[in-house]
Amino acid sequence: MSPLKKRRSVLRSDGLQTLISSLLCIILGLAVGYLVLLLINAAGAWDATMAIVKNFFKFTKAETRMKNFGLTLAKTAPLLMCSLSVLFAYKVGLFNIGAAGQYTAGVCAALIFALHPNFLWPWWACLLVAVAAGAILGAICGALRAYCNVNVVISGIMLNWITLYLTNWVLAWVKNPASPYTKELRSVNTSALIPSMGLEKFFNNKNVTISVVLVLLIAVVIWIILKKTKFGYELKATGNNLHAAKYCGMKENRNIILTMVIAGALAAAGAGLFYLAGIEEWSTTQSAVPGMGFNGIAVAFLGGLNPLGAILSSYFIQHITTAGGYVNLQVYSAQISDFISSMIIYLCAFVGFFKMFINLRLDKGEERKARKAALLASTEEGGADE
Amino acid sequence: MILLLQYTIIFAAVLLLVALGGAFAEHSGVINIGLEGIMVIGALGGALAMSKINIEYGGFVIVVSTIVASAAAGLIFSLFLAVAAINFKADQTITGTAMNMLATAGSTVAVKAMNTAASGGSDVSSAIRYINQKQFFIHRFGDFEFSWFMLVAVIALVVAYIVMYKTRFGLRLRACGEHPQAADSVGINVYKMRYAGVLISGVLGGLGGITFITTGVSEWKFENGVVGFGFLALAVMIFGAWDPLRIAGAAVIFGLFRALGNVHTGIPLLEHLGIPGAVYNMLPYIVSLLVLAFTSKRSRAPKAEGIPYDKGLR
Repeated sequence: MSPLKKRRSVLRSDGLQTLISSLLCIILGLAVGYLVLLLINAAGAWDATMAIVKNFFKFTKAETRMKNFGLTLAKTAPLLMCSLSVLFAYKVGLFNIGAAGQYTAGVCAALIFALHPNFLWPWWACLLVAVAAGAILGAICGALRAYCNVNVVISGIMLNWITLYLTNWVLAWVKNPASPYTKELRSVNTSALIPSMGLEKFFNNKNVTISVVLVLLIAVVIWIILKKTKFGYELKATGNNLHAAKYCGMKENRNIILTMVIAGALAAAGAGLFYLAGIEEWSTTQSAVPGMGFNGIAVAFLGGLNPLGAILSSYFIQHITTAGGYVNLQVYSAQISDFISSMIIYLCAFVGFFKMFINLRLDKGEERKARKAALLASTEEGGADE
Repeated sequence: MILLLQYTIIFAAVLLLVALGGAFAEHSGVINIGLEGIMVIGALGGALAMSKINIEYGGFVIVVSTIVASAAAGLIFSLFLAVAAINFKADQTITGTAMNMLATAGSTVAVKAMNTAASGGSDVSSAIRYINQKQFFIHRFGDFEFSWFMLVAVIALVVAYIVMYKTRFGLRLRACGEHPQAADSVGINVYKMRYAGVLISGVLGGLGGITFITTGVSEWKFENGVVGFGFLALAVMIFGAWDPLRIAGAAVIFGLFRALGNVHTGIPLLEHLGIPGAVYNMLPYIVSLLVLAFTSKRSRAPKAEGIPYDKGLR
């Protein structure tokens, strides 16, 4: 073995550093949330924080617990898709804040084709149009970036609002006459419901469908694309240095647009998989795009921008978001979960600094060791001379 | 028609204030995506001051303290960006996005907590009551409602223009956004200048926030945030080429499109066209996308914006 090759500290591993910093972000985020709850009302703050951490574990009956676990899983599915959308775009250096709008476009397309009396399509067809809608929105964003140099964050936000108003307008055609919500899939078109293939019985919850399994497969596919294919390599190269990638003959504009198309399709597929499970209806008086897309950003960064990490982090964020409803609503509000997840994203911005800090400490430690070794060697040499 | 004019001016005032804030931050070299959140927190500060101050103190005290409170709230919240982006060299886009979410979630939690505590659990809305105090901001000239915030925006424009182009500070600030290494080499403290830029944007963003939530007739629900106005302001800033006077022009155009959404039902000609309301709601965002598509190619953005300054890389 070459003497230059030193034994590397385990702490040097990037994966471990990411894990440590993500856990640190979570702990600090929860701590800040606890402090805020303390400020609001000291008496119930600890119980409320525990309610958020526990979520469905608070139920004593195993059956209810399983049912609520199923609900959290069903809601994790779209969140994971949104975070895959965000992290995929981020590999090319694009910040896909438009995931929320692409998600909304997916809702719009899926529900109109599932509910409108002229269509009443089956679930897989609705899912495909949802994916197409998101892809188109992503393509607009990508083309604006590639050909007109428009910042994707700003165009993404603009498209979010445009899509929201459009969706409210379009889905008003299939809404319940008595309420602002769209008609229930179960009563209008059962063929548009995603099949559950036994998962329903397992979780004792009709909301759990094959979506839950599908999204896991998609996450793995995305991981393979990014890690093992030429396309994934090109994307990362374009993200690292646009000019260098161009110089190497990569088609940077094509890559940017293609990435955004895929990112848009992913977010919209999440919307289709969620709304076609019949868990919720869309409210046509909604005044903001669903938080799913924004939470996807939190998940992507918390998961260290790794598709497999996103599986864990999406479950965690959904876990605390669902649990927001379990705090004592007489005193606190459910938005405390949103507050905690946004605090976690804010802290994620410091991850780079944190890693640098670890590496710097390790460097210093190694330097000290090397100096000691050198000193030892020189004294021994001196002894031999005498 | 007067209503259209009034709404155009007040929305232009909001966009002008916030876009000027964005310009200050970007001229110093920091991209402030968090303006939306700064607006929310500024609005929160202002609305709290407005509702808590005893109405007997009179109009002057209420107007001044509301303005000061919203500016101060915006300034404090902008420290989140300053510390992360300048001291810790964090990614400015992530930081800004987090701030936007933090502001909406945080202010909703805070306002709901206050309302629940005050009402003993029966009122869980996210609105602050300030209807009576709001009267002091408005003066009627015939059908036209003049708001003091319009004046605030004009003053901000004049001051911003002078500071940015006629003072030593402005020149130094812009140098830090164009070429921080060069600025540092002649003895300008880049970190200090960037702090100044971000904090000024906090003040202006906060003022824009309180102006925005008082435009409506009813009380503002904090869970709605500021419906993308911070980002519209960024579009105004880009369209205005980071220059205060051009930003003012852009703000008026965008304000007009936004105002159409509010008053289109009151104008016979527009009502006759029968365009659905959703189209008017989408209009400002569509227009800004188109404008950005045509103006972003030859960008006049400060060269070093968004890149953390590292003294070691000089």
